[in-house]
Amino acid sequence: MTVIVDDETRVLVQGITGHQGSFHALSMLEMGTKVVGGTSPGRGGSKVGELPVFDTVAASVKETRANTSVVFVPARFALDAVIEALEAGIETVVVISEHIPQHDSMIMIQYARFTGARILGPNCPGLANPRRGKLGIMPSMIFRRGSTGVVSRSGTLTYEIVNALTQAGIGQSTCVGIGGDPIIGTDFVKVLEMFEQDVETESVVLVGEIGGFAEEEAAEFIRARMTKPVVAYIAGRTAPPEKRMGHAGAIIARGLGTASSKIAALNKAGVKVASLPMDVPPLLKNALN
Amino acid sequence: MKLIEARGKELFRRFDIPVPEGYLARSPDEVRPPSKPMAIKAQVRSGGRGRAGGIRFASGLDQMKRAVSEMLSMQISGEMVREVLVEERLNILREFYVSLSLDRSSGLPLLLVISQGGMEVEAVESTKTNSWHVHPFVGLQDHIARQAADFLLLDSEQSGRLRKLLNGLWTLFWEMDCELVEVNPLAMTVDGRLIAADSKVVLDDDALFRHPELPLDELGTTALEIEAKGRGISLVQLEGDIGVIANGAGLTMATLDNLAIRGGKGGVFLDLGGTDDDKVVEGAMELILKARPKAILVNIFGGITRCDTVAEGLIAARRRLRIEIPLVVRVLGVNEAEALELLAAEGVKALYDLDEACAEVVRLKGGDRRDGDR
Repeated sequence: MTVIVDDETRVLVQGITGHQGSFHALSMLEMGTKVVGGTSPGRGGSKVGELPVFDTVAASVKETRANTSVVFVPARFALDAVIEALEAGIETVVVISEHIPQHDSMIMIQYARFTGARILGPNCPGLANPRRGKLGIMPSMIFRRGSTGVVSRSGTLTYEIVNALTQAGIGQSTCVGIGGDPIIGTDFVKVLEMFEQDVETESVVLVGEIGGFAEEEAAEFIRARMTKPVVAYIAGRTAPPEKRMGHAGAIIARGLGTASSKIAALNKAGVKVASLPMDVPPLLKNALN
Repeated sequence: MKLIEARGKELFRRFDIPVPEGYLARSPDEVRPPSKPMAIKAQVRSGGRGRAGGIRFASGLDQMKRAVSEMLSMQISGEMVREVLVEERLNILREFYVSLSLDRSSGLPLLLVISQGGMEVEAVESTKTNSWHVHPFVGLQDHIARQAADFLLLDSEQSGRLRKLLNGLWTLFWEMDCELVEVNPLAMTVDGRLIAADSKVVLDDDALFRHPELPLDELGTTALEIEAKGRGISLVQLEGDIGVIANGAGLTMATLDNLAIRGGKGGVFLDLGGTDDDKVVEGAMELILKARPKAILVNIFGGITRCDTVAEGLIAARRRLRIEIPLVVRVLGVNEAEALELLAAEGVKALYDLDEACAEVVRLKGGDRRDGDR
């Protein structure tokens, strides 16, 4: 079993004719991902590179047998785009778009539960597997094949840590960005479950931040269920209360969701927490020895 | 967007949630002759206004005008009181708490009911609280309201009132894209009414485009933060004196944390996002200067972002805005060497290592002079 991408993954890019969509569709292809086409209402019949563009997801699925979609459409059209994908039978929807209304996220996630599909994000960089390619916007060059799984709520901070791992000679199995919003489709626990099952993964780096209880829930799962070593980094130790720190989900509300609470929960579960991103590789090496 | 009490109560009225009769006043002259004892409530965003003297009771026009005048010259947690809400004083028999919020763990709306009102939620013992998930595909069904009424030990007449109130609360929560709708306390009055004595409404900023009719009052944000938001840049003012610009929210937070380890203190959090448009970078520099930092640290991880175009934006800003405070730039990733060269030619300290960059900006900023050092 692998983490979300496997040999059967056939990718559709929703919003492929936009600046972001076209750039990343081609970048995904270059990394070896099986991208089979894209959608852009009113632009059906055209091409992006060699990729066919369709007006609707249904037409695209019929023609290309896509089973995975990566969504780049602007926030206010994202709900429609995701529901369209789910109704066309897409099994995994990666939502890159940022600033989607939280109620819309809630509806798409509940609808995905109803159709039996998985949503990654919203407001996430997607995932990358150095052996199989990527879904989303992670920069291909920072990765190196290996056996460490990375799961994170942020984008560039993750790249920073992945880059540090690669520099230290630690390759990655799969790197998953679950998104910086309060309401997301795939949380830490679901990804940790997959890493625990994944034959390519031998250890895990968890990158969390202030806001919510996702890290505390992850800590409980690690304590009770994980056999593979996990190390962590938590951003926002110095963040003030009641302020949204860039991500919609990064807010200490009513004194809850602080970095110290998360670090304490992780430590209690036996997870070492690095105080700087650069300290993650040595900490992981220690945990592996 | 967090609404002040009065604005929240306007929404309550619109959705048939009973609220006390009242009006806003910005000066003692706006006080109307009362027909009964009244409450005067400072309209500020900070909690704990009751303890700070922000709620007073008065009867008779003169006493009311005096109370309003005194309150309008007050500060609560550093915030000037500019408006007061004048409303009927409720004769309260029992107080409860009810709220609807978006529960992050389940991804569903959560109805929270507490049998004791007016308290901080976290301070209440768990036997007094009860909660129900409300699935958005079915809405708040009556049986949940009945269970809530049972929990609060309401008689059948009051139970009907609670059901109507909770329906209004749900409709408000749903139609207005709320993150939180809170009534604390929900008052049961001596004359048998169930009435929202206070309001707390938080709307989802990302859904405001669906509600263009709402006036924008940005509680809990500074003028600079509002200006940044208008330009599509995420900026938070902090207490320190070093401005931090980075690309990505997590990375910006991590940079502030790193700075703290080196003895520095962030004064501004500015997340550049996924741009490498040199004009956006220039605009970001313009914004951060308005917070009057003593030094600026820029941290760019160039995954897709090109470090050299960011450097060009920084250089353009430095020339045009005649920036003389220390500027330290850390770049890593796409076109890092070109960026380093451009910045070095301009005399800007630039490096690849974040730890060194943090230490360097703290050093260049210089020691904090305490009062009496001279």
